[in-house]
Amino acid sequence: MISLAGRDILHAWGKFIFTGIGLGLLIGVTLTMAGVYRGMVDDGKVLLDNSGANLWVVQRDTLGPYAESSSIPDDLWRSIRTLPGVAEAANVTYLTMQVGRGEKDVRAMVVGIAAGEPGTSGWPPQLVAGRQITRGHYEAVADIATGFRLGDDVKIRRNHYTVVGLTRRMVSSSGDPMVFIPLKDAQEAQFLKDNDAILMQRRRTGANPAFNRPGVPGLLDAVIASQTSNNSVNAVLVRIQSEYSPQEVAEPIRRWKRLTVYDRAQMEEILVGKLIATSAKQIAMFLVILAVVSAAIVAFIIYTLTMDKIREIAVLKLIGTRNRTISGMILQQALVLGVIGFVVGKITATFAAPLFPKYVLLMPIDSILGFFAVMVICVLASVVAIRMALKVDPAEAIGG
Amino acid sequence: MKFPPLQRRTLALVVIIIPLLLLFIYVALRSGPLAPIAATVSTVESRSVAPALAGIGTVQARFTYKIGPTVAGRVKRLDVHVGDIVKAGQVLGEMDAVDLDDRVSAQQAAIKSSEAALRQAAAKETFAQTQATRYEQLLSVRGTSEETVVTKRQELAVASAALVASREDIVRLRAELEALRAQRGNLRLVAPVAGLVAARDADPGTTVVAGQAVIEVIDTAGLWVDTRFDQISAEGLAIGLPAKIVLRSRRSQAVAGHVLRIEPRADAVTEETLAKIVFNAPPVPLPPLGELAEVTVQLGELPAAPTISNAAIRTVDGKRGVWKLVEGGLTFTPVVLGRSSLDGLVQVLEGLSVGDQIVLYSEKTLSAKSRINIVDRLPGVSP
Repeated sequence: MISLAGRDILHAWGKFIFTGIGLGLLIGVTLTMAGVYRGMVDDGKVLLDNSGANLWVVQRDTLGPYAESSSIPDDLWRSIRTLPGVAEAANVTYLTMQVGRGEKDVRAMVVGIAAGEPGTSGWPPQLVAGRQITRGHYEAVADIATGFRLGDDVKIRRNHYTVVGLTRRMVSSSGDPMVFIPLKDAQEAQFLKDNDAILMQRRRTGANPAFNRPGVPGLLDAVIASQTSNNSVNAVLVRIQSEYSPQEVAEPIRRWKRLTVYDRAQMEEILVGKLIATSAKQIAMFLVILAVVSAAIVAFIIYTLTMDKIREIAVLKLIGTRNRTISGMILQQALVLGVIGFVVGKITATFAAPLFPKYVLLMPIDSILGFFAVMVICVLASVVAIRMALKVDPAEAIGG
Repeated sequence: MKFPPLQRRTLALVVIIIPLLLLFIYVALRSGPLAPIAATVSTVESRSVAPALAGIGTVQARFTYKIGPTVAGRVKRLDVHVGDIVKAGQVLGEMDAVDLDDRVSAQQAAIKSSEAALRQAAAKETFAQTQATRYEQLLSVRGTSEETVVTKRQELAVASAALVASREDIVRLRAELEALRAQRGNLRLVAPVAGLVAARDADPGTTVVAGQAVIEVIDTAGLWVDTRFDQISAEGLAIGLPAKIVLRSRRSQAVAGHVLRIEPRADAVTEETLAKIVFNAPPVPLPPLGELAEVTVQLGELPAAPTISNAAIRTVDGKRGVWKLVEGGLTFTPVVLGRSSLDGLVQVLEGLSVGDQIVLYSEKTLSAKSRINIVDRLPGVSP
């Protein structure tokens, strides 16, 4: 038996392929949009993964350190370290700011990492080039997305840092690349104003008679010194011993240290459920619209393809072809169109993904779901065309 | 031939469909979570590392002399300005004497008056002596009464006592004059040592409290860098170790120095060890006090041991280790790390032996099941 669908496709193969490719581009955009959403969620997850922590200890009643600002004293980690079940506690600071290199600057999340050796919580878990920080000051490990190279001299506030290592996919929840610098520098960077602001503050303090007393020499200096030092960090990253559960360790910190503690699941909830919730919904909305538009376009294409050959269908009916054969032809064509579209779409999406400024994550499960969605849409779209085809009057073949 | 048009069409279709399918298969396997992770591999080498400690500090003067009055007063004049080189004993300025000079004059007059009084007492004593001697002689020839002689003797004793009192009074007044002069001298601000005027905190006419510094002189021969080392990386810091000092204003040149002293008290708040690093020879020109300096203290070279780059270290389940390549697969090997150098080399005490292949850089976090694709350089990293 000859395949009616195959013969028909071969008859107008150019048109068919180009329609398939056009449809593919549309599916590609839809897949990419799904990838953008997955990428946003993944940004949040890698942020948590890369910190290497099981618990985040932050200022009481804040959603810090990523979703809200949080500030806790930098010697607090010692008392947390002594609690049962705590394997490691490390200070960390996060600050999104412009990092300058030469004339240009890059938006980056500056992470202050506690002194120690590689593998300490907060440190970059792996590098793609260079080495980890060894000096306690003025060295930086930057994400490759910043465009920095090894040996570059970057400027954060008024200090210059040498880039000694590069990372990949170390980003903040909003996708800004990270720059890791030693904690003490980061504390300073977080607090340090520009020189003009410091001078003005000094002048203001000097003009305040309460601080500038002739009878108490040295008071003004002490006040200014205390104004320009910073002993705060944003969070303490806690790694727990494997025999303890996160809740067991978190509870005493909440109760006795009177701080807020988040475990991994809660942190994910904050990042995914709160921080990127609106933008994720925005993307999801877009995704839904694109899917609907794609479905409509597939339906129109199949409908018009069928309408184009309504005469031939009438002839087929006239020579006594069964309805099943005609429906089968239209359905098969729709499915083949869908498969070509999906293949082209998947390829386009994969090659387009790295071009996006923010991370686009194409999950295999999304592709599989996408494939079935395309198939279902094609089947539904062909139903309309089939109805049209079956209703056609065989007389039309002769009339006209 | 019956089918040429159809065959050509089929051929064209195949030409389009087959590459599309191949591309699709490639895309499905080579991207996303199924793709192998690009990684670079390095070999554990036996080499010696020279650990060094890095710290930052500020240039400070070892000896700072704050010169000011010992009593409250007003600054009368200052002869030096900031930056002047002064000699030991040089007068730098003077406090206002107010009434001190007048009191010195009064004292001098008082001494003169007292000297006159002394002469008067001396004359009285001489006269009393003469009278006493004369009446003694008269008594011996019974020419006068005993009572008169006793009176004369008493007058002599009184005159002698008055003379002693007058003499001592002069001593007192002279001592008082000396005291006034000493006070007067104390109003001069004198450099205790040779050095450089670093600050002039009050100008003439300013009233200062007792003990407040008016002029600050520093000893230029004794500049040091007050350096802070993070306690976690201060192992091996010892007196006498050579150090390299890089001043913020002279980033390209390193000045040689050595560790003079490690402070017995560390900074408990910032978790830093404090040490004083002195210059081997004072830098020329002299750096300003308070300038930031980066200090690198070089420790001795350690014997050769298996050494890896610190970029190879990973943490898996709270354990520190490296991914070792064993028969094409990955095995996580916990390691015990020894000393490290500032250029990122770290010695491995346990867990690895020379010649082991380990993963140095990787695109993503690895796991034991990861497939890796060994490359020379990770994509995106420029040479």
